[in-house]
Amino acid sequence: MSANSMKDAILQVEHLSMKFGGLVAIGDLSFQAKRGEITALIGPNGAGKTTVFNCITGFYKPSEGMITLNGADGSSFLLERLPNHEIPARAKVARTFQNIRLFSGMTLLENLLVAQHNKLMKASGYTILGLFGIGGYRRASAESVELAKHWLEKADLVDRADDPAGDLPYGAQRRLEIARAMCTGPELLCLDEPAAGLNPKESAALNSLLMDIKSSTSILLIEHDMSVVMQISDHVVVLEYGRKISDGSPQSVRTDPRVIAAYLGVDDEEVETVLTEVGDEDVIEQLDIGPDSAHGPGTSSSYLAGPVSDTIGHSEGERVTVSKGASKAAQFDARVSAAPRKPTERATAKPAGKSPTSKPRGGRK
Amino acid sequence: MAVSVSSERDTVASPVQRAFREALYAGAISLGLFILFIGLKTDQNISNQLILAQRWGLLITVVVLTMLGRFFYIAYGQPFMANQKIADVATGLLPASVASRFFQLPAFIVAVVLAVILVAFSSALPALVGPDLAGYLQFLRALAVIYALACVIFYFRAFIHANFTKLGIAALVLYPILVVVVLSVYAWSIMGGLQGSLKWVDNYGIQILIYVMLAWGLNIVVGLAGLLDLGYVAFYAVGAYAYALLGSHYGLSFWILLPAAGAMAAFWGVLLGFPVLRLRGDYLAIVTLAFGEIIRLVLINWRDVTNGSAGVSGIPKVTFFGLMTFNSSDPNYIGKVLDIAQSSAYYKIFLYYLILALALLTAFVTTRLRRMPVGRAWEALREDEIACRSLGINTTTTKLTAFATGAMFGGFAGAFFAARQGFVSPESFVFLESAIILAIVVLGGMGSLVGIAVAALVMIGGTEALRELDFLKSIFGKDFTPELYRMLLFGMAMVIVMLWKPRGFVGSREPTAFLRERKAVSSSFTKEGHG
Repeated sequence: MSANSMKDAILQVEHLSMKFGGLVAIGDLSFQAKRGEITALIGPNGAGKTTVFNCITGFYKPSEGMITLNGADGSSFLLERLPNHEIPARAKVARTFQNIRLFSGMTLLENLLVAQHNKLMKASGYTILGLFGIGGYRRASAESVELAKHWLEKADLVDRADDPAGDLPYGAQRRLEIARAMCTGPELLCLDEPAAGLNPKESAALNSLLMDIKSSTSILLIEHDMSVVMQISDHVVVLEYGRKISDGSPQSVRTDPRVIAAYLGVDDEEVETVLTEVGDEDVIEQLDIGPDSAHGPGTSSSYLAGPVSDTIGHSEGERVTVSKGASKAAQFDARVSAAPRKPTERATAKPAGKSPTSKPRGGRK
Repeated sequence: MAVSVSSERDTVASPVQRAFREALYAGAISLGLFILFIGLKTDQNISNQLILAQRWGLLITVVVLTMLGRFFYIAYGQPFMANQKIADVATGLLPASVASRFFQLPAFIVAVVLAVILVAFSSALPALVGPDLAGYLQFLRALAVIYALACVIFYFRAFIHANFTKLGIAALVLYPILVVVVLSVYAWSIMGGLQGSLKWVDNYGIQILIYVMLAWGLNIVVGLAGLLDLGYVAFYAVGAYAYALLGSHYGLSFWILLPAAGAMAAFWGVLLGFPVLRLRGDYLAIVTLAFGEIIRLVLINWRDVTNGSAGVSGIPKVTFFGLMTFNSSDPNYIGKVLDIAQSSAYYKIFLYYLILALALLTAFVTTRLRRMPVGRAWEALREDEIACRSLGINTTTTKLTAFATGAMFGGFAGAFFAARQGFVSPESFVFLESAIILAIVVLGGMGSLVGIAVAALVMIGGTEALRELDFLKSIFGKDFTPELYRMLLFGMAMVIVMLWKPRGFVGSREPTAFLRERKAVSSSFTKEGHG
């Protein structure tokens, strides 16, 4: 890895593994997110995306691997060694949650003020000076309200600033959670399915908010909504059963046969037909309505959705995350090596040839 | 009448038919419930043998009364109320209709006249109508006074609602003065007034304010930070023993030991906080409960220091900031310094203002802290701990500061308690105390200072007032002791309040900051915390 790319990457995940007992939720995952870009992490349900997020933001301690955050001022942090609450405070990584976690009994403004806790704690002399009205707490407090107002305006919520957060409609709650995360002043913003459950209009509003944030903050995002992923992300990492199966620009990823296999499955008789039409709008439509958009309750533990029994007893020699029966991408690989060359050539030739039909939606460079 | 309230059931059965059926059900249920409670009674006969007394007559009376009550409620009460509602909707009276019908000018005048007449003839009444009837008339007088006061409050409700805090503080400050003045007029002598004020200032005023302060302290832990603490009385005990032991052994002044007692209680709060940081909900509650019991058992068993169950006595009184004392034998006794007559009421009135100041300090610090980052972090912790950590809030120190701050106010209250009683023993720090304080916090509405103060007034003042139910003797006979039933009434009152207002008297939450206007947050959005 050259020195240039080291500086360019805000987040480097190297050989990350996370095991829960015998279950390998993430196996030897390496990727990096570049500064000033939107990096998307996609994959079917149970692929381990949220687990990766929980490792990055310190909610889980990874079993193996290294997560490095390179700050804009040249500092760098090993996130797996920092305590949970210091990751937002010191390394400046903020996150949102798949199932929204707002302080529902507090007003919107209060939600955004809580996010500025550490800054205000310092300004109030760790409460003691502020209690007696000494020091700059009053000024810092006014500044924090201004910052909160700024983000409320960006999220188009300033009219409801004094309402309880639990009173907001779903889409507005998503935007508020993002605004709250931004109030911590992050360098890297991790969004766990920000577009889940949004209607097209709300989804478009979210896209423009994210593009706005991108100018100051790098974004790492998990998303199932392919219209969001393809429109706004600069870089896509695809996971399946805890392993990376593809990594690259949105265009290259969505034409990657392994990705399509992972999303659609290769057991279908028509898979060859599908593969030949890779890049067509139809395929993307099917990706949209794939099984993942209907994520069930409590999907943060979605690693359990994988076939658990398959993962145990395969760990001799190098790590095998799941049996061959589970991974669709692995099935595809197996089929490629076993079957006659013809369909695969057709499949891989398309992306290499830069088919003119391959960018009906992902209009960005 | 029945036609106008045609609900689905009424088309099936007329109210009278339905009332018959419901009355039969109610009778069957009450028979099943009371057959063992009322129908049979174990008793001792003259040779101390256990006998079974049968009281079928009483049982039948109770069952028939229940059936009649149910019948009249279903047949006439319900249609009447439904009709009233329809009429109120038509006249636009609906929101305040019940209250405005209940509080009317003629009834108010009657109540005032009745109260004035009964007060004027209060000393002549027993001779005039006999002692039994006089008891009822006294009860009637109390009802009339309460009704008249309620009318006045209802009339000025908008003003009272807008200035509740100011009015409340003014009333609390003026309370001892008013009591002394009223009782002096009543007894035609200032000394008589001072003597009579003891009960009102000490048993009611100081007692209620101690619980207000304790509940405000616990409110920081339970109401704001959402950590269920069942052992709060432990910090109260630490504060009380800190003052009792240091004050009586080393002769240190109350004004030095008050902060020391608070600091010690806060220290123990942090000490308790450490092991329970990882616990949530029920588990946290059990461990804090155990902590409260440990402190009490240590106080009982560490005889060398605490004198065991016998307790510590001879605790020095508080001085008037070292300038005057309240011991009549001292040279600088307040009566001698100010050249006024000797009375024990001065000390009680002074203690009243002391505990009022301490309670107001608690309230002031709590309101101030809520607007500081640490207070917001407490409330955020109650709402969602995981989100707190994702925002860089150190939940460990946040929980510890909540425990320490709450414990500190418990310690202050404890030191005051020891100074007021002059005697402390482990008896005063049993689990029931923790439960009562927690009940006040829950009943008042978690997080709301005004609600908690009202709840303490109702619960502590109510149990004290229930001691004065002597008129019940004329209903249930001479051997009836109303004091024994006050806890039953108290429990019933709590159940009723919790049914009527499940989130306490003040369920809504006052936001700590606002951009345009301050709007109370409805209780349906706030969370109770998970420990």
